[in-house]
Amino acid sequence: MKPTSHSFPENARAALADPQLRAALDKFRVGFPARRAAAVQALPEFERLRDEAKDLKDHVLTHLDLYLERYEARVKESGGHVHWARTPAEAREIVARLCHEAGARTVAKGKSMVSEEVGLNAALEAAGMEVVETDLGEYIIQLRKEPPSHIIAPALHLSKEQVAEEFRAAHTDLPADRPLDQAGDLIAEARQVLRAKFLAADVGITGANFLVAETGSSIIVTNEGNGDLSQCLPRVHIVLTGIEKMVPTLEDAGLLLRLLARSATGQEASAYTTLSTGPKRAGDPDGPEQYHVVLLDNGRSALLGTEFQDVLRCIRCGACMNHCPVYGAVGGHAYGWVYPGPIGAVLDPALLGIKEARHLPNASTFCGRCESVCPVKIPLPAMMRHWREKEFEGRIGPAGFRRGLGLWAFFARRPWLYRLATRIGMGALKLWSRGQGRFRSLPLAGGWTDARDFPAPQGDTFQARFRKERRHG
Amino acid sequence: MAEDARSAILGGLRKALDTGAGRAEAVDRRLAERPRGTVPSRGLVPAWRRADLFAEMAQGVGATVERVGAASRVPHAIADYLAAHNLPARLRLAPDPELLSLPWDRRPTLEVTAGRAEPDDIVSVTPALAGIAETGTLLAASGPGHPTTLNFLPAIHIVVLHADRVVGTYEEAWERLREAGAMPRTANLITGPSRTGDIEQTIFLHAHGPGRLHIVLVDGTAHG
Repeated sequence: MKPTSHSFPENARAALADPQLRAALDKFRVGFPARRAAAVQALPEFERLRDEAKDLKDHVLTHLDLYLERYEARVKESGGHVHWARTPAEAREIVARLCHEAGARTVAKGKSMVSEEVGLNAALEAAGMEVVETDLGEYIIQLRKEPPSHIIAPALHLSKEQVAEEFRAAHTDLPADRPLDQAGDLIAEARQVLRAKFLAADVGITGANFLVAETGSSIIVTNEGNGDLSQCLPRVHIVLTGIEKMVPTLEDAGLLLRLLARSATGQEASAYTTLSTGPKRAGDPDGPEQYHVVLLDNGRSALLGTEFQDVLRCIRCGACMNHCPVYGAVGGHAYGWVYPGPIGAVLDPALLGIKEARHLPNASTFCGRCESVCPVKIPLPAMMRHWREKEFEGRIGPAGFRRGLGLWAFFARRPWLYRLATRIGMGALKLWSRGQGRFRSLPLAGGWTDARDFPAPQGDTFQARFRKERRHG
Repeated sequence: MAEDARSAILGGLRKALDTGAGRAEAVDRRLAERPRGTVPSRGLVPAWRRADLFAEMAQGVGATVERVGAASRVPHAIADYLAAHNLPARLRLAPDPELLSLPWDRRPTLEVTAGRAEPDDIVSVTPALAGIAETGTLLAASGPGHPTTLNFLPAIHIVVLHADRVVGTYEEAWERLREAGAMPRTANLITGPSRTGDIEQTIFLHAHGPGRLHIVLVDGTAHG
């Protein structure tokens, strides 16, 4: 998909003016954190598991080349194939070729953010195939030709009325007067329509939540069962995923599984966790004849050994966005690419370049909730700060903003001057306020005073008061 | 081209990583020893409590559980379940020797065929390799006796599980999987019926997979 991260401010303004999105996000901001909190409460070992998961992922990342080799050998032993893709273009080319070789006309897809990352659907459609997203949320946004607005709840931003409208427009062979006002009607209709696609599909494509080096297995975690129907009915199963999904053993996968669903949806376990290892065996009554794994790098390996290495620990649970006040205000589309929220603010500049994504690490209050809920303890705010530094050093932001920041840095590096300047500034503002206690408007601070008053300083600076309190306290 | 990408990615990783001595040994040791981390105490229950905890947890995620005293009662339990829910008495059975050997003919109204799931099948009956008490999860392994389609295509999935196959934790379940031989093509962990939260963030059952998951838990020994 073509990123629109460079227009985050405009995207965010549009999002804030969308009443339907506001209603969805009001529900979202309460529901997801409450469900996670309840699940964490019910597992006393949760915090210890987070520490272990962090250590596990750190171990894997520093041995990633070796685990990938061991994994590849196991996949081959079980009769599967491993393909390597450096770039989105290579990934698209490999998958399109495999589909072509399978004589594919219809391709059923399970939800995969990596496939969004590489823009797979457009490539397969251009090659003449019908590509059907089968996760209900993904199916809805595919009909609307929209990107996902959340990595685990792609149609979070829509009302059931909007979904009904899409279904009426798309499923024209069904009676026009059928009732579609209940969620149950919509789910039943999607099940019926997509059932035919599963049965017709020649190739099924899924992502992977984890890859297990011990067994050569790929693991998907879903609630609907669509990912499983996408891989047990078609003749060919293609897994498209990132190289960082590696774990050593089933025990290690189990550790991350204990964290994933609880962090994501607040479930103890998702309905379906599926380990796939190779194609169907002799004697198996069903299953795909071919099993392929496409491992995508796309800038991931370049993060190893840098200040951004820790972001590769991410298991894509979405907890950071579920707890982010910025995401909760503007929703996922404002971020303009596949990965929104705090993880996107760190990952998108790495994958798209800081020039395209420079707004995202700035779209944070640094409240720290994302880091505090991250199951693998990624220091997201610290990494956003690294990106802000890179933006400044690379002279990427607007000149006026950089000059302002430079001016501030000049004072911040000279504490005596800083204290003097703030003392003069606070004193001047106090005089100017003429005892009103607040400003209705203030030059250069329109962004604040347009919507609310600015409190007038009472005389001393914070530092001066702090010193005074300490002397007297 | 393909080989290029592989060596470029692996080469890039090696360049970025500290390629000091002992890395390969550390990896192979971990794969061989498979160290266990913290195991939630919830699953560490004595054997006699496991089936109870499993049933409790499975019901908590929307599965229904019926306990029978002997395997010979299974056909009756299933026939009664279908009748009570006004469901057709037509079953697609997993071609599992143990399941096939049950006395299905004692309930002549049941129409029983074995094999993979067909699109029109409404009710499937399968075995499971294990039940995991920690989260009320079933572990099913694909193979000649257990087509995977039976777990996903029909609207109602009935699982016959012997109580002595219930383990406490995921760690024990992985051991069962290893003891069963080479990795099956598919190992399915199933926790409750299919569901979706994609319409206005509200959970509804029966998305694409079975809308009902009914577990018949057979107490006593596996062959009793």
